[in-house]
Amino acid sequence: MSATADTVRKETLVNIEIDGAALKVRRGDMVIEAADAAGVMIPRFCYHKKLSIAANCRMCLVEVDKVPKPLPACATPVTEGMKVFTRSPKALEAQQGTMEFLLINHPLDCPICDQGGECELQELSIGFGSDHSRFSERKRVVFDKDIGPLISTEMTRCIHCTRCVRFGEEIAGVREMGATGRGENTRIGTYIERALTSELAGNIIDLCPVGALTSKPFRFTARSWEMDTHATVAAHDCVGSNLNAKTRRHEVMRCDPRDNEAINECWISDRDRFSYTGAASTQRLTQPMVKQHGKWHETDWGTALRYAAEGLKKIVGAHGAEQLGVLISPNATVEEHYLAQKLTRALGSQNIDHRLRQQDFADQDAVALYPWLGQSLADLERQHAVLLVGSQINKDQPLLAHRLRKAALNQARIMVVNPVDFDFSFDISHKVITDLAGMEQTLAGIARAVYEHTGKPVPDGLGQLLKPLTISDEQRAIAQQLCGSGERSILLGQLAMMHPRSSTLRALAGAIAAASGATLGMLTDGANGAGAWLAGAVPHRLPAGQHAPVGGYDARAMLALPRRSYLNIGIEPEFDCGYPAQALAAQHQAEFVVALTAYRTATMNEYADVLLPVALSYETSGTLVNTEGRWQSFAATVKAPGESRPVWKVLRVLGNFLDQPGFDYASSEEVRDELKVTLGSSSAAGQLAWRCPNGLAGHDDGALVRVGTVPIYHADALLRRAAPLQQTVDGRGAEVACLNSREAARHGLGEAQQIVITEGERRAVMTLAIDDRIADGVIHIPLATAAAAELGGNGGVIHVVAD
Amino acid sequence: MMPSSHNKLQLSQQARAEIDHWLEKYPADKRRSAVIQALMIVQDEHGGWLTNELMDAVGDYLGLPYIAVYEVATFYSMFELEQVGRYKISVCNNISCMLCGGDEVLDHVKRRLGIKVGQTTADRRFTIKAEEECMAACTAAPMMVINGHYYEHLTADKVDAILDGLE
Ligand code: SF4
Ligand code: FES
Ligand code: FES
Repeated sequence: MSATADTVRKETLVNIEIDGAALKVRRGDMVIEAADAAGVMIPRFCYHKKLSIAANCRMCLVEVDKVPKPLPACATPVTEGMKVFTRSPKALEAQQGTMEFLLINHPLDCPICDQGGECELQELSIGFGSDHSRFSERKRVVFDKDIGPLISTEMTRCIHCTRCVRFGEEIAGVREMGATGRGENTRIGTYIERALTSELAGNIIDLCPVGALTSKPFRFTARSWEMDTHATVAAHDCVGSNLNAKTRRHEVMRCDPRDNEAINECWISDRDRFSYTGAASTQRLTQPMVKQHGKWHETDWGTALRYAAEGLKKIVGAHGAEQLGVLISPNATVEEHYLAQKLTRALGSQNIDHRLRQQDFADQDAVALYPWLGQSLADLERQHAVLLVGSQINKDQPLLAHRLRKAALNQARIMVVNPVDFDFSFDISHKVITDLAGMEQTLAGIARAVYEHTGKPVPDGLGQLLKPLTISDEQRAIAQQLCGSGERSILLGQLAMMHPRSSTLRALAGAIAAASGATLGMLTDGANGAGAWLAGAVPHRLPAGQHAPVGGYDARAMLALPRRSYLNIGIEPEFDCGYPAQALAAQHQAEFVVALTAYRTATMNEYADVLLPVALSYETSGTLVNTEGRWQSFAATVKAPGESRPVWKVLRVLGNFLDQPGFDYASSEEVRDELKVTLGSSSAAGQLAWRCPNGLAGHDDGALVRVGTVPIYHADALLRRAAPLQQTVDGRGAEVACLNSREAARHGLGEAQQIVITEGERRAVMTLAIDDRIADGVIHIPLATAAAAELGGNGGVIHVVAD
Repeated sequence: MMPSSHNKLQLSQQARAEIDHWLEKYPADKRRSAVIQALMIVQDEHGGWLTNELMDAVGDYLGLPYIAVYEVATFYSMFELEQVGRYKISVCNNISCMLCGGDEVLDHVKRRLGIKVGQTTADRRFTIKAEEECMAACTAAPMMVINGHYYEHLTADKVDAILDGLE
């Protein structure tokens, strides 16, 4: 059915009656939808508002006037004058009958089931079940298969509702669960022992109405009634999914999605669901520590802060404030970013940055208020054409990928320009897979095609760059889609933002967007890139985007031109920076390093002088601003362990110890409100002012150029310690270098399993995998991994030999 | 990032040609319609049974998720997922055949071959399949099917003659 016909159909109302109450409901809705809207509870198992209708459980049977047999409410459309009875004797008898059949094969041992207390079958059996069983035959038993480290199976409990199967096919876009066998021998599962791979797979835990699919890390650790629910926001990507953290005493036991149609709907990624498991790492730092004469001592906060303040003062006094560099995690809250920049600037330095994986800052003055999506999250699913540039969106922002999947299912053309032919959960209509220089050339080619197609004037300077280019058929096809009708977008993904000449990609994408009428979207690293810009955690802008009178060093410059002192906030430079080896070398050579960190590592022991234990995101109160510019504030869900304190409090007191005025906030809300006042009514209307790139990179023939994505479960310190996530296919497969078979042959790697990677003076040994999805001339070496910590960043020229 | 290319089994040229013949009968975007025929072709070529690798190869060839192929292969009793004998014997024991002595026929087959239902003879010549449904030859009950051929109005002697006639 066409979209318009569907709209018309939904807009007409019909009159029906449910249990005697007269209702006006949308024509075409199912009885169960009308009942849900009216607050009438009809029991159900297979029906789910976000999934297709299967009508296979028969629990929702209701009586309809003039119809001889009970009808399934989930699959019966409303019609004018329909009278529905959900609790009549006939309806109840049907529902009770269904329940009796369901319980024939279902174990009746709720006390030993992990779902007990939050089981839809248990709840409904209280209302519709009988208190004795007429079934004396043997029950069916199903043997379990391991489907990975995140989800436990107990398939004897499965009631074959197929929600998990439909989720895979319809939402995740990878069909991994299925119904094999027939009749009484039907089994739900993967058939072959195989770990689920979808980055959204954990949602089947919530979908499963019984205890067949449960959370493996949580299993048998707490009962639902022992836990408190705290609303919080996930801090791993720029979506800001809403979570309910379930806590018992001072511990997060589990994270579930909190419905928010505008953001995450009713889903969350596995990354957001299971990251809490990294909180209890043995590396957790719970006591302030200082290093004196090469030895670490535990100490109290007063001593540690005094020591930190004096060390910082000494460097600033003796060598000038520009010798201080402040590096803050892009996952930090708005309040933390705001206080960090306030402290930095109070000390006279402008060297503060959160863009730790970015390499090219040439266009930072052209950014409007902050880089953002340019539209709302929900707008994404209404696109007719989307060009993804440098993005593996399923891994980087799983729930944005879900929106694009919806668009694609609705006939949108999704196109990519990438150095690796990444897998997506939706079909790609056009793609260009090329090396880093090729990405620039490709965007330039598309830009030229767009100007030819639209006849729009070419902005200053760009004409010269585009003139020598020939346009390929694929580039022309992409340009045509971007100039088509309906909503269109160009999204620069995380890999585009980490591209060594990312300003060129941004300028070209901006030019294409302006000429084609498409929306430009920029997907930033971490959970709060937008908030960091707004708070002024960039060297060239004060809070609220005000121009900084004196500029400072950006993240790369701070490490390329090493400072005498660093203040690190929530980061591990060797994993969280885009050029790890330089970052670590800079830390090591510094005279005085203060780290606000939740974990203590051997590397930190070497370079740091003071370690201040801080809270993780859900142990603190604060605000995150997502990529659509939505502010979301939350309270702490649990208290941080031991002596750990929220970052905002530590920065506030450090301000006092440094004798700075204006560090007397009583709450994180006060910090946020101070920023809000400065911000007034400014909002991110624009995106990027035109700034002509000063050239296009040419191909370096024969060279092998490094491309590094951030593996989904290595993106930040908490994730890297979440054991169940590390055991997944994505977690285990992270530490691998990949290139295609042509390059492997060209470099004589033959059957090599291990390779020695050299980049100038630097050297690393890695496992090799041949992967023909990778462009010629490219070697993929992930960032944020142990081996990569020895190397530079994206764009590095790499030599390889078999080990 | 996980490399996605691992060594996968390819279908034989012959099998692909036969599957293509069926694919022509369906719209280009409905390749899954050919899954039953494809499994039959591959099963016949492989000595009467399917391996996981063969099912995956069918999935790759038709562009179906593997689990969708497993669902079909496990649903229909004509697909064998474990090694079977050269001759697959299905003795009907549904109602009409049962009334006309189907059980005795089955007993005779079992005794003669020395195996139970679901088992295969040591020389891998015969497998007795578990049959659940009527095979639509009730007028000629009792009956059995061997590798697709119907044998009707059975008696113990007839069964012996039939089995003797098979290599
Ligand atoms: S495992 Fe759970 S969700 Fe899946 S079919 Fe069974 S009961 Fe339904
Ligand atoms: S909810 Fe209607 S049949 Fe399952
Ligand atoms: S009952 Fe045996 S063929 Fe019908």
